[in-house]
Amino acid sequence: MRVFLTLVRRELSGYFSSLTGYLIIAMVALLVGLSFTVLLEALTKEAYYMPVTDLFYSTPFFWFVLLLAAPVITMRSFAQELYSGTYETLMTTPVGDLQVVLAKFTSSMIFFILVWLPLLACIFILRYYTKETAPLDVGPLVTTFIGIWLLGGLFMSLGCFASSLTHSQIIAAMLSFAFGITLFLLSFLSLIIPPHPGWQTALLDQISLVVHMQEFVRGVLDTRYIIFYLSLTIFFLFLTWKVVESRRWK
Amino acid sequence: MSDTPMIEVSSLTKRYAGHTAVDGLSFTVGRGEIVGFLGPNGAGKSTTMRILSAYLPATSGTARVAGFDVFRDSVEVRRRIGYMPENNPLYSDMRVREYLKFRARLKGLRRSRCRDRVAVVMEQCGLAEVSRKIIGQLSKGYKQRVGLADALVHEPELIILDEPTIGLDPNQIRSVRQLIKSLGGKHTVLISTHILPEVEMTCNRVLILHQGKILASDTTENLQRIMCDGGQVVAEIAAPEAELRECWEGLEEVEHFNISSIDGAFFRCALTPTNGTDLRPRVFQVVCQRGWGLRELTLSRHSLEDIFVHMTRTNKEEEGL
Repeated sequence: MRVFLTLVRRELSGYFSSLTGYLIIAMVALLVGLSFTVLLEALTKEAYYMPVTDLFYSTPFFWFVLLLAAPVITMRSFAQELYSGTYETLMTTPVGDLQVVLAKFTSSMIFFILVWLPLLACIFILRYYTKETAPLDVGPLVTTFIGIWLLGGLFMSLGCFASSLTHSQIIAAMLSFAFGITLFLLSFLSLIIPPHPGWQTALLDQISLVVHMQEFVRGVLDTRYIIFYLSLTIFFLFLTWKVVESRRWK
Repeated sequence: MSDTPMIEVSSLTKRYAGHTAVDGLSFTVGRGEIVGFLGPNGAGKSTTMRILSAYLPATSGTARVAGFDVFRDSVEVRRRIGYMPENNPLYSDMRVREYLKFRARLKGLRRSRCRDRVAVVMEQCGLAEVSRKIIGQLSKGYKQRVGLADALVHEPELIILDEPTIGLDPNQIRSVRQLIKSLGGKHTVLISTHILPEVEMTCNRVLILHQGKILASDTTENLQRIMCDGGQVVAEIAAPEAELRECWEGLEEVEHFNISSIDGAFFRCALTPTNGTDLRPRVFQVVCQRGWGLRELTLSRHSLEDIFVHMTRTNKEEEGL
């Protein structure tokens, strides 16, 4: 555990000692801020009968942030160390492979959570200035963040996996972007395939990230979705672990 | 426990796709020894070191460090070694003290011990004045010392250094060698290099590797003794060439000789004795008797360089046949 915490600290400090970390924070703050202005404009024009989080989600920036920021956050985790050779010094200390994988995942997850904090700020600003007229529900807010974290977890583990496969950060980022966008586009398969009742449509509904997130922002916490994200996250972490271990295979 | 050798390698083989990097290597290194791995590039030095530090698996054969198998008890082995890979990779965004602390914690040192050890190795490696500097901005020499300090920080039983002096200036090389030498006795040190004087100066024992095989394994003195078995003596004498010839022919201790002209009146005579006797007193006597000028009289000792060239060449010739 001590070693694990040391590793997490090192990884996190890596984000803040390089320009990439600040670039990601700035980029996400910009996108969240943009969607906030769009939302404010819409709110001043007419009344909406849905949660603010839902309104926020209906701006296109949400997926932008998720699909773009995730690969950039995770691209360095393994690829950078493989490239510079520090991977060798790291793996010849008495640390476990799983420990390294989990530490890298945890630190990217913490960074991801930090990066989303501006959204919370936006919502609190909104709440502060509209105290009486538009009460903000805590429920949808909590479920929105749970949704963001669950999706983030999946994207982070995908990114770590992509990063463990290559020595190049660029390739790692492109790979995890490709994985991420494929998962995302699966949501739209149901638009292409004509909906006729059957297991295909049911399956497409279950794997649609867009549908899942729609539920989260409305304040619905569906355990099926939680299990979906947690199991996929664990699956990709397991794959990453195996990739790290494969170096010792004969 | 203490009588188990530090490193035991038996018929270790590592094959990469298409070529064999290490081919049936066997050797033992005792505790407290400083052993040099000598070989040209691609001889299998780094691969052997990577296997010993439990980074790569061997294709076949076994390697044990302090009695632990590098493959099965990899964590136990890694606890006992300090390894500095080739090119000395470091986190260039960290500060020196921060990095050493991080590494010490990774290697399982407790907080108070970690602080003490980091202070000790920084002193030992001359890093005190750069402790707050960012590693990426340090000079090559300092970076190398950071790598060394990292290898030493947890007081490992075995220290493995892959080309520790590469890219350093002569002064830095000297101080690094001094440091390595001072580690002997307390720690076991395995260093690899293709610079021969380095091994001569720092190591008790040399393993000469070539194409994944051990060509020779002996103390540096023994290897030299093997090579100057002939006991050849070189003398620079000022005398008429004809007289010199006649003189050496007359001496029964000299089996054969070779005279070459150098500058002015001086001739360089390479004399090989008949039965391994030391010719130097005899030569001096003769020179005195005849009243010649003498400016050099040495027993020619082959450097490791000669041994190395000789051995790798004979190896090639054997292959050619």
